[in-house]
This record gives sequence, structure tokens and C-alpha cells, in this order.
Amino acid sequence: MLNEATKIPEQAMLVEDSPQNTVKAADVQLDITMEQLTRLVSPRALTGETMLLNMGPQHPSTHGVLRLLLELDGETVVNCIPDIGFLHTGIEKTAESKTYLKAIPLTDRTDYLGPMSNNLAFCGAVEKLVGIEVPQRAQYLRVILMELTRMNSHLVWLGTHALDIGAMSVFLYCMREREMILDVYEAVSGARMMSSYIRPGGLWRDVPAQFGALVQKILDVFPRRVAEYDKLLKDNPMWKERTVGVGKISAEDAIAWGMTGPCLRGSGVNYDVRKAMPYSSYDQFEFSVPLGSNGDVYDRYRCRLDEFEQSMSIIRQALKKLAPGPVMTDDRKVAPPPKHEIAYSMESLIHHFKLWTEGFRAPEGEVYFAVESGKGEYGVLLSGDGSPKPRRVHMRAPSFNNLQPLGVMSKGSLLADLVAIIGSVDIVLGDVDR
Amino acid sequence: MTTTPSTFQLDIPEGLVTGTTVFRDEVTLHATKGAVLALLAHLKDVQKFEMLTDETCVDYYPKEPRFGILYQLYSLSRNIRVRVKVMLGEYDAVIPSACSVYRNANWLEREVYDLFGIVFEDHPDLRRIMMPSDYQGHPLRREIPVQVEEVAFTFNRERIDANKPRATE
Repeated sequence: MLNEATKIPEQAMLVEDSPQNTVKAADVQLDITMEQLTRLVSPRALTGETMLLNMGPQHPSTHGVLRLLLELDGETVVNCIPDIGFLHTGIEKTAESKTYLKAIPLTDRTDYLGPMSNNLAFCGAVEKLVGIEVPQRAQYLRVILMELTRMNSHLVWLGTHALDIGAMSVFLYCMREREMILDVYEAVSGARMMSSYIRPGGLWRDVPAQFGALVQKILDVFPRRVAEYDKLLKDNPMWKERTVGVGKISAEDAIAWGMTGPCLRGSGVNYDVRKAMPYSSYDQFEFSVPLGSNGDVYDRYRCRLDEFEQSMSIIRQALKKLAPGPVMTDDRKVAPPPKHEIAYSMESLIHHFKLWTEGFRAPEGEVYFAVESGKGEYGVLLSGDGSPKPRRVHMRAPSFNNLQPLGVMSKGSLLADLVAIIGSVDIVLGDVDR
Repeated sequence: MTTTPSTFQLDIPEGLVTGTTVFRDEVTLHATKGAVLALLAHLKDVQKFEMLTDETCVDYYPKEPRFGILYQLYSLSRNIRVRVKVMLGEYDAVIPSACSVYRNANWLEREVYDLFGIVFEDHPDLRRIMMPSDYQGHPLRREIPVQVEEVAFTFNRERIDANKPRATE
């Protein structure tokens, strides 16, 4: 791309004595060679006509540690090249050295705003691989918790997204409401964020007595509160000016880039794993899938806000269906026996000992199990090798796949709008980098 | 918990697929790396698998060929999933990039390249994505231990301490 006549400005000059041949400049430091850079930016960047600007990773509106290399023509984004991996903690590698049960706490930490969805995706994959049936009560409780998790995820998204665009008060309201959901988490699992509550075969334990009242309180309070957020933003001219027509992506592009969740549905594509391939008895619930049409920031916002209502409807139905019963499979080869049984049953003692020392074995083979998390399709590809530890655990992270077309969505938009687009994609860097 | 329809018809031309396995109601098509691009293009254009949900690698070490590249495809219009699997040997870990068929293979393949060291031919931007660019090796290969640093106990603390890399200035 560079010919001899092209003058390379100092900004993009190669440093000869650098062993890796990296570009060095005052404000842009890249772990990238000149040859790789020329493939990513337009030729105008190399002549100095456009500016290369580094954004992040320590930047509040990048929602964590997302780093962007921006090519700017004035205030217009010519190219946006995301650089990820700053939060890579090797969760997939670590999970290979844990038994199936002990790997669950790791899944909490991928998308840390939707821990229950991650738990369910992993446990669902284990259940599919081993062939475990889950009791009906546990399935309904999982549905309630999944929908609460979706609301939790959307609340944090709405708060931070509005904060990015400049609506401060929404953030405070959202955090206030989120407390109620975290209280439910705490009541059922003992932890407010890293729940690890869903286990292969069911749930860790039955929900406490106050569970119904806590969830009912949310159902009583939320509809009014969600209407309040909507009132603050929906017809707010400043909000609309910042979001309508910004960060557009067509339905074809969204599919081609593998986007899922509200980002895909904002473009009008009706794909929801809960409807397409129901899991955990989702086929017994009536709910609709909110769709957008324009695929812009505003439509993605509308989709998520409408999902609040659907989630609450699902929770109401599930509470009605909820009947007493076991919450854990009685297959002693995968589920631990009740403590009192250990006192008089030798077989239970052996099962207990085997499960907590060796774990249970899964057959050789691969399965893929996906759930609809707040952010999109969260899938787990699990490869068993006949031993109590997985050969490979791979999380199909919705944030990772939704972030990839950020450059496509932001091409030609203003720098200030880029912040709105990042917010609307709803990424969690723990999920992107794993 | 059955989520995949157990029976559907895929009329795939001769020579693209070397075998089909069904495990837990999931269909896996086995292909060779020479035919994989043609197979993916056929699945996308003719069989309407519009979406590449996921692409990743499984290391079957110490078996040989050790690397299995898995393409998880989804058809929105038919609501079915299918998986394509290509096995690669340790000294032959090169495969054509699927970016020309599915655009989002870009980052997925970069991740596999970074963590497993599989080289994707004709990939538009094959760089590390998770690990730092000067990192040596590919951490998700099975022969790499999870914990590289030795755990310090009283009996070995002095030895570990003496060998720790420290700044000289």
C-alpha cells in the first residue's frame, strides 16, 4: 500500500531499533507491526491525513477494559479497531483442570452481570453430555432466576448506557432497583453476584421460605419503575437525538456477523433461543419477543426495555406453576445425597465420598448447549473424555460476537456517538475476554 | 433436555463430507481441510445455514491427529444446528480461513490461532487477540500446564525466591 513517494509522518514512523518493529508515537502505542496496521486502517492514516487515536482501555465509557484504535477524520470515525484481551483470565483453560462441579464458580465470572445464565448454560451442557433429567420444580425456579438475571443485566446496561450519553439520574434509579434482584440472589445462594446456584441436575438447594415474597415485591414495584425509566427517556428529545439513526446495522449484516440477543432483534430478526430451541420448560410459557426495525441504538434500547415486561410476565406464570417437589435429581451418581442419609446409609456415604473427591464421569463426545442470556446466545461447547474433568470447555460469549462488528456499526459516525454505540451493544469485558 | 431436532435431511453433494455422527441429538459432519470451505459455502448458500454461531478448537492430545476444528452452524429459517468438524495433525495445523464464507469467523479464528496455534490461511488479520502480542506459545494446548509458577512452601521458598526475576535498576 505504501509506495516510495508516500511520505510517512512521524506519527506512523517505524522505529528501526525496536526489535518487534512496532509503531511508536506520543499518543498511540501499538503492539502491532506496520504491515498489520496498513491492512486495518485506510491509506489516508499513513499519510497523516487522518488521525490515529487510542481510546481506553482505562476509559469509563468503554465498560471495562476495552481498547479501541480509532482512525478519525476530524470528528468522524473512519475506522474503529477494537483491541481486546486485557481481562483474559484463562477461564476456559482453568475449567479443564476442575471437575464438572468445581468448574461452575468459574462460569459466574465470565459475564458477571448474568451469573445465573452462565451457570445454566454450563450445567445444561453437562446435563446434556451426561444425560441427566432435571426435576420440574428446579426447571421453573431456573426460569424465574433466568428472567431475574436478564432484568439484572438490563438494569446495569440501562444505567451505564444512559450515563454514557449523559442521563445521570437513570443510573441511580437502576442501581436502586437492582438491589432487589441481588437480595433474591443472596437469599437463594448466599452470594449477591457470584451465585453458583445452579448445579448439574438441578439447584444447590431449595429456595428459602421468603423467596416468593421477595420475587413478588419485585413484580409489584417493577412495572411502575420501568414505566418511569421509559418516561425519562422514550420521548426525551435529547435522548432520541443521540440514539435514533445512530449505529445502524442491517438485519443481513447482523446475521452475517453472528450477533445475537437484543442487538440482533433490534435489527428486526426474530431469533431468541428461548423460542427457537426451548430449554428448562420455556415452551410452557407465553411471552412475546420484542423486535425493532431500524437496527439503531434506539431500537436496541426499545427491545431491552420491552423485555422487562416480558420477563415479569414469565416470572408471574412461573410462580403460579411452582409446586413443591425435589429441586435436585435423585441420580446419586451426579447429585450428592442428603446429609441425613449419610448417617445411616453406607451407599450414600460412598456416593458422597466419590462425588466430593473424584466427581462424576462424563462420556466421550461433544455437546453444545445454548441459553438466551441478557446479552444474547450464551453457549457452552463441552468436550468430555470419559474422565471426571472436561477435555475442553468453550464459552460462546455473546459479548465477544456482538462486539466484533463494532467497526461496521460505527463507521462514519461521530466520535461522541461511538460511546452511545458501545453502550447499546451491552458488552461485559469478562465475557469478551474470558 | 432435547433442544435439537433429531431428524432432518441434509442433501450434501458427494465428496464434501467424510462421515456423519449423531451424539445427543447433535449432528456432526466430518470433513477434510481441503473440502471444508466448499462444504461451508454449500451449507450457507444451499442449506441455508446463515449463521456461524461459533468456531473453536478442541485439543485431543495425545491422540493424533490432535486438533479438531469445530464450526457450529445455525439455520434461522430451518431452526436447526449442525456442526462441522475437521481434524488437524500436530505438524499440519494449517487450515483455510472461513472468513470468505462467514465474516464473523475473523475474531473466532484469531482466538483459535492465539490459544491453539492453528494457522488460518488467507485470514485477513491473523494476530493474537487474547494474549499479549509478544507472548510465547499457545496456552490452551493440552501440554501447557495450568499453573506454570511453582507454589511456594517453607521447604522450597528460598530456592523460588532466589530465582525470581527482579528489576536490576
